[in-house]
Amino acid sequence: MQWEIVIGLEVHTQLSTQSKIFSGASTAYGAAPNTQACEVDLALPGVLPVLNKGAVERAIKFGLSINAKINSPSIFARKNYFYPDLPKGYQISQFELPIVQGGNIHIQLDGEEKIIRLTRAHLEEDAGKSLHEDFHGMTGIDLNRAGTPLLEIVSEPDMRSSAEAVAYAKTLHTLVRWIGICDGNMQEGSFRCDANVSVRPMGSEKLGTRCEIKNLNSFRFLEKAIDFEARRQIEILEDGGLIRQETRLYDANKDQTRTMRSKEDANDYRYFPDPDLLPLEISHDWIEQLQKTLPELPQARRDRYSAQFGLSKYDASVLTGSREMADYFDTAVKLLPEHAKLCANWIMGEISGQLNKENMEITDCPVKPSDLVALLARISDGTISGKAAKTVFESLWQGEHGKNVDTIIATKGLKQISDDNAIEKLVDDVLAANPQQVEDYRNGKEKAFNSLIGQIMKATQGKANPAQVNAILKKKLTQ
Amino acid sequence: MLNASLKELSNQLTEKKISSVELTSLFLQRIKKFNSDYNAFITTNEEISLAQAAVADKILAAGKGEALTGIPIAQKDIFCAKGWLTTCGSKMLSNFVSPYDAGVIERFNQAGAVNIGKTNMDEFAMGSSNETSFYGMVKNPWDTKAVPGGSSGGAACAIAARLAPAATGTDTGGSIRQPAALCGISGIKPTYGLVSRYGMIAFASSLDQAGPMAKSAEDLSLLLNVMVGFDARDSTSLQRDNEDYGRDLQKPLAGLRIGLPKEYFAKGMSQDVESAIDKALTEYRKLGAETIEVALPNAPLSIPVYYVLAPAEASSNLSRFDGVRYGHRAESYTDLADMYRKSRAEGFGPEVKRRILIGTYVLSHGYYDAYYIKAQKLRRLIAQDFAEAYQHCDVIMGPTTPTVAFNLGEKSADPIQMYLSDIYTSAANLTGMPAMSIPVGFGENNRPVGLHIIGNYFKEAQLLNVAHQYQMVTDWHLKSPV
Repeated sequence: MQWEIVIGLEVHTQLSTQSKIFSGASTAYGAAPNTQACEVDLALPGVLPVLNKGAVERAIKFGLSINAKINSPSIFARKNYFYPDLPKGYQISQFELPIVQGGNIHIQLDGEEKIIRLTRAHLEEDAGKSLHEDFHGMTGIDLNRAGTPLLEIVSEPDMRSSAEAVAYAKTLHTLVRWIGICDGNMQEGSFRCDANVSVRPMGSEKLGTRCEIKNLNSFRFLEKAIDFEARRQIEILEDGGLIRQETRLYDANKDQTRTMRSKEDANDYRYFPDPDLLPLEISHDWIEQLQKTLPELPQARRDRYSAQFGLSKYDASVLTGSREMADYFDTAVKLLPEHAKLCANWIMGEISGQLNKENMEITDCPVKPSDLVALLARISDGTISGKAAKTVFESLWQGEHGKNVDTIIATKGLKQISDDNAIEKLVDDVLAANPQQVEDYRNGKEKAFNSLIGQIMKATQGKANPAQVNAILKKKLTQ
Repeated sequence: MLNASLKELSNQLTEKKISSVELTSLFLQRIKKFNSDYNAFITTNEEISLAQAAVADKILAAGKGEALTGIPIAQKDIFCAKGWLTTCGSKMLSNFVSPYDAGVIERFNQAGAVNIGKTNMDEFAMGSSNETSFYGMVKNPWDTKAVPGGSSGGAACAIAARLAPAATGTDTGGSIRQPAALCGISGIKPTYGLVSRYGMIAFASSLDQAGPMAKSAEDLSLLLNVMVGFDARDSTSLQRDNEDYGRDLQKPLAGLRIGLPKEYFAKGMSQDVESAIDKALTEYRKLGAETIEVALPNAPLSIPVYYVLAPAEASSNLSRFDGVRYGHRAESYTDLADMYRKSRAEGFGPEVKRRILIGTYVLSHGYYDAYYIKAQKLRRLIAQDFAEAYQHCDVIMGPTTPTVAFNLGEKSADPIQMYLSDIYTSAANLTGMPAMSIPVGFGENNRPVGLHIIGNYFKEAQLLNVAHQYQMVTDWHLKSPV
C-alpha cells in the first residue's frame, strides 16, 4: 500500500526580550544557576505576574508577518501541573483566544511553492531546568530560564514529508530572525520543534492517529525523527497493528523515537483564565504602529527579486535565506543594478562558500558589498576575466592592498588583454605556428578550434579576453 | 491610650506626649501579657517593631510626621514582610521568612507606621472562625467560648482586646467584615483593585482584597488613605487619582437612600441580630435617611457561586506550595511524587485540602463548563442585580452575619453551616464592590452584632461617611470587652 505522511509542527520560539515575560529578571543565557530568578520567577508566596510589553509586540509582529488575525482581547490561562522546574505549579500560557490566530507561511521545495497554514501562535512562559547530573541521586533546579517568553507557533497538519517539514521549519526560522523577534539559536534552545506525525493510506481523507515527537533541536534531527517515526508507524500498520496516541522522544544517538508518555498518562491541565492578568486588549493604533516597523518580508523580497531583476525562484529564495544576506545583495545590486545576476551568483557562490568555510556570518564578511561591486564592475567591463576575479576576491578577503580592486589587478598583473589588435596579432602568430590544426579545422574537425584557443590562452597566461579571442579566431579561420 | 482613636494617638505623638517607642512598648507589653488568652498574634518581633518606632520618633521629632507615623499596626500574617516569619496560618509556611515586603507593608512603612506583629488567621484565609489556623484557634474577647470569626480573626480580636490600635485584614468572601462584626469592631473591604495584592498570599485572586480594621470609621479612613494606591506589580491594581477617604465623614445623611434587599432580611437571620439591625436602621432614619426595599434576586446564589470560584482559583494558587523551593518538605520520601504527596499532606490542614479538592474537581475536564463557567455567568448576574439596585438607592444595608459569634467548635464539623456565615458578605467579593461592617449592638450572650453596608464601586468615602455619622450618635464602636 502507498502511505501518505502527515505532519504538523509546534515550534517554541524564545522571544528576544531583555527581561522575562512576567518579571523584570534578565533573560540572558548561560548565567550561574538561579542568579537570574527574581521573587516572581521563584514563585514566592504573594508574587504576581506583570506582562512584558516587548513580548506582546513581538507576537503581534509575527502575526502581521504571516497575515494572521491578532486577537483582541486575548486571554492568558493557567496550565496546571506539578513539576519541580515549574515553580508556580502552573504555566501561564494561552488556551482559548491566543494572541495570533490563523495565517500562513509559503515554503519553497524543489522550485515549487507550497502554502502551510498556521493554526495559532500563543504567548507563554518557559519553565526552568532540572539538572540530573552532579547531584548524587538528587535533582538540581535552575530557574534562570523560568519565565523566559516563548511564542508557541502551531501549524496545521499540512506537511507531507520530512523535507517539507524541514523547509517549513527553516522558513519559520528565517522569518522570526528576519523580523527580529527571536535570535534563532537552536543550540541554546531559542527555537525548538515538536512534530506531530501520522500516516494514512494515500488518498484517504481521514487523519491517522498521531504521535508527538519532542526534543528536536536541529533541522537534521527533525528530518531524521520524522522519517524514523513514519517508518515505524507504517510498519505497525502493515503488520495489522494500531498506532497508540502518545508523546515520543527522539534519541539522536540511536536515531529512533521512543515512548515518553501515552495519552492515558496525559495530565488534565485544568486550564482556566489567569485571574492575575487582565484580558489583553490590543488597539488598532498599536497594530498599525508595529506594522510600520516591519521590514520587507522574505516573501515580498523574493517576489521583488524575480520581478525586478529577473532572478530565478531558486536564486531569490537562496538570497532571502537570511535578512542579512538579502540586505547584502540589496546594497550590492543598488551599486550595480544592470548586473543583478552577477551579484547574485557571486554572493551565492564565492561569498557564501568562503563564509561557510570560515564559519562566519555575512555581517562579518571582510568583503563588503562595495568591494564586491568594485570587483564585479571590472569583470563586466572586461578588465579581468572571471578566473582572475577569483584571485582578486581572495586578495580582497585577505584585505590586501587596501582592498583596492584596481591596485590588486595591477599589482598581480591580472589585467585582461582586450585590445583587438593585440589579440589579432596573437591569433595570427598561433595560426602561423600551427598550420596542421588550421587545416584540420577547415576539414571539419571542431576539436582543433579548442586546441587553438588553448594555445592562445597559454601564450597569454590566460589573460586574453576569451570572448574576443573566440570571435577573432573564428573570423580568421573562416576568411 | 488603649481606647484612643488614631487621630488622638497621632496628636499625642505629634505633641510629644508620648513617643512611638513608648506607645509601641505599651502594646507589645499587652500582647505579651494577654496573647496567651486570645492567641491573636502568631509572631511578634520586638526588635523590628521598636526599631521602626525609633525611626518614627525621629521623623516626628523633625516635624515630618504624617497621620500614621509612629502608630503600631497589626499586620495579618498573609502579608509578606521582609525579615518576618510569614506563615499565612499554615504549617506549610511555618519556616518561611519573607525576603520581601508586600505592597501594603511597603505603604505602611513609607507612612512611618510600626508593624506591631503578625496576626493569626484561618489557614490560607480559608475559614470563618479562625479555627483552621495551624497556630491554634483565636478567641473572641467578648466571650472566650466564642469564635472571633475569620479569616482575619486575629486582627479583629487584637483590636477588640486592645492589643493593637488598628490592623490590616484581607477579605475574599467576608474575611474582614465577618470577624469585625463578631468582635464588635469596624472593617472595610474596598473596591477590588484599589489595594495592591502584591505580596499578599493569594487565596482566590479575583476575589481577594485587603482592607483596614479598626475601632471606628474615622480610623478606617486614615488607614485606607495609606493602603490604597496603584502598584505596577499587580496587574489588577487600578490607576486612579488619590482620594482622601475621610473627606465626606461630616456630611449629613439627610436624603440618603438606604436599600434593604428583601433577600437579606429573609429566614436564616436570627432574632437578636434582626432586632439590633432594626434599631440601627431606626437610627439612620432619625439621621434623615430613607429606607427602601430593593431586590437582589440572584444574591442568594452567592454562596454556591463563591464555593465554586474561590476553591477553583485556590487550587491553582496553592500549587506553588510543593516543598521544592521553600516551606514545608516531608522528611522522607521515595520519589518526586511521594515528596509532593507527603509534603502537601503534612503541610496543609483539612479545610485547605477540602478546598483544593473542590477546586481541582470543578476545573477538571468535563466539569469545567458545568461549574466554573456557570458560576462565572451567575457572578455577572449578581453584579447586574446590584447595578439595578443602585438605580434606586445609594447604599445597601443588612446584617453582616446571620448570627452573633458562635461557639468554638460549634460549626467546625459542618463545613456547609460554616460556609453560610458568609452568606451576606460574599456578594461584595463576587461583584468587587466595597462593603463594610460596623458594630450596632449586642445579641445573645452579649455578643456583638455587625451592620453590613455595601456601596457602589469606588464609594468608599460615602460608606465611611454613612458609618461615621452613625458612630457620631451612638457609642457601640467605643465599647470594649477589656
